[in-house]
Amino acid sequence: MDDSVADVSEHLDSSDNEEFTPGKVLQDIENAWLNEKFAPEILPHQSELVDCMLEQISHMEENMKKLKKGDIRLAIHKMEIDRIRFVIKSYLRTRLEKIEQYTIHILSEDDKKSPEESYLTPGERKFAKEYLANIETLFRTVALQHMPANFQAFEVDKLTVKPNLNSHVFLRVNKPVQGIIVPGTTNDEIDLTAGAQRLIQYQPIASLVKEGAVQLI
Amino acid sequence: MFGEKALELIKELERSAEGIPPFNDDGIRQVLEEMRILCQANFDDIENPTTDPPNYSSVRVRHMAISRNKRCILAYLYNRLQKIRQMRWEFGSILPPEIKSLLSEPEVQWFTSYSKALATYMRSIGDNYGLNLATDVTPPKSLYIEVRCLVDYGKLDLEDGEVIFLKKNSQYLLPRAECEGLVRQGVLQHVTS
Repeated sequence: MDDSVADVSEHLDSSDNEEFTPGKVLQDIENAWLNEKFAPEILPHQSELVDCMLEQISHMEENMKKLKKGDIRLAIHKMEIDRIRFVIKSYLRTRLEKIEQYTIHILSEDDKKSPEESYLTPGERKFAKEYLANIETLFRTVALQHMPANFQAFEVDKLTVKPNLNSHVFLRVNKPVQGIIVPGTTNDEIDLTAGAQRLIQYQPIASLVKEGAVQLI
Repeated sequence: MFGEKALELIKELERSAEGIPPFNDDGIRQVLEEMRILCQANFDDIENPTTDPPNYSSVRVRHMAISRNKRCILAYLYNRLQKIRQMRWEFGSILPPEIKSLLSEPEVQWFTSYSKALATYMRSIGDNYGLNLATDVTPPKSLYIEVRCLVDYGKLDLEDGEVIFLKKNSQYLLPRAECEGLVRQGVLQHVTS
């Protein structure tokens, strides 16, 4: 796939100090996908990566049109595209599932943040709001409006579902971090050394996942 | 006993883990009626108490029963929505008639709004590039898969311009991306050996 991808690399924004090659973007999006899949809560969105990868896919598809039918490269490129597309879709689906499950919690957390810090993309945010509004409409038409007057409220606090941040996750350490305090009986401090793999509660390492210091696996 | 009807609703849903039971309009109405009666009884006890002081403990028990009924009804509705949501992902934006008949009118409306919100979101992905998230559900193993056709489906246009006729009980080797939807609709069956 290097050939066709190399053609489009000039379209990519290379102003960052970090190397920003198509291969790197793919790696990043795979990491984001794994993190999202295993983290109990929703993580900051990576829409730049998604947009960038989708753009590349359409460029690759353009390039493929130049190849003759039956060319072996065609099948290989197509397979590669299908795989990338699966990763992107699976990543976005996972986020949607979390949004649907924890709608109220996610929206109220998100309201506390400025638009730039928001974990949701504008599209996801709109979807979350509509999803909540639709549920409320259904609850009201079918049940709430027929209940005794003082029981008609749509009690947001009682309907909120929160992710279980104390669930355990597997992780691999990218950058060494010292002095992680695991909540629990002994208040042990743990040092994470680069390359180590651990099974640990999500809560104390949540910020490390978001910074990229650790990778969930 | 209070709350029995409400529990019945939840059990009914639980029993049909696969598929969705018909919307229990009558059950809901009975629970709502029970709530109304309990509420009225509480109201009477407070307004015209037969004892002095009013019998607060029975008021309290009734209050709890009403709250519980409310919780059960909402749980019933919410869990049905989860099943209906799943169908959006499996069947696409149009509900099969046999399933539609199991839903209440507001639920059908919910399905439509959910579909619409989802479609709007999927169109907005990647700077309005648009991405159908309902496809590519499993990781791709190969480009082509072997499928057996279960019904006389008729013409299918492939992406490269070829047109094939899908006949009942015949097998085809098709691009995975193009028949994934049909497999989920039950027109084709994925043959794994």
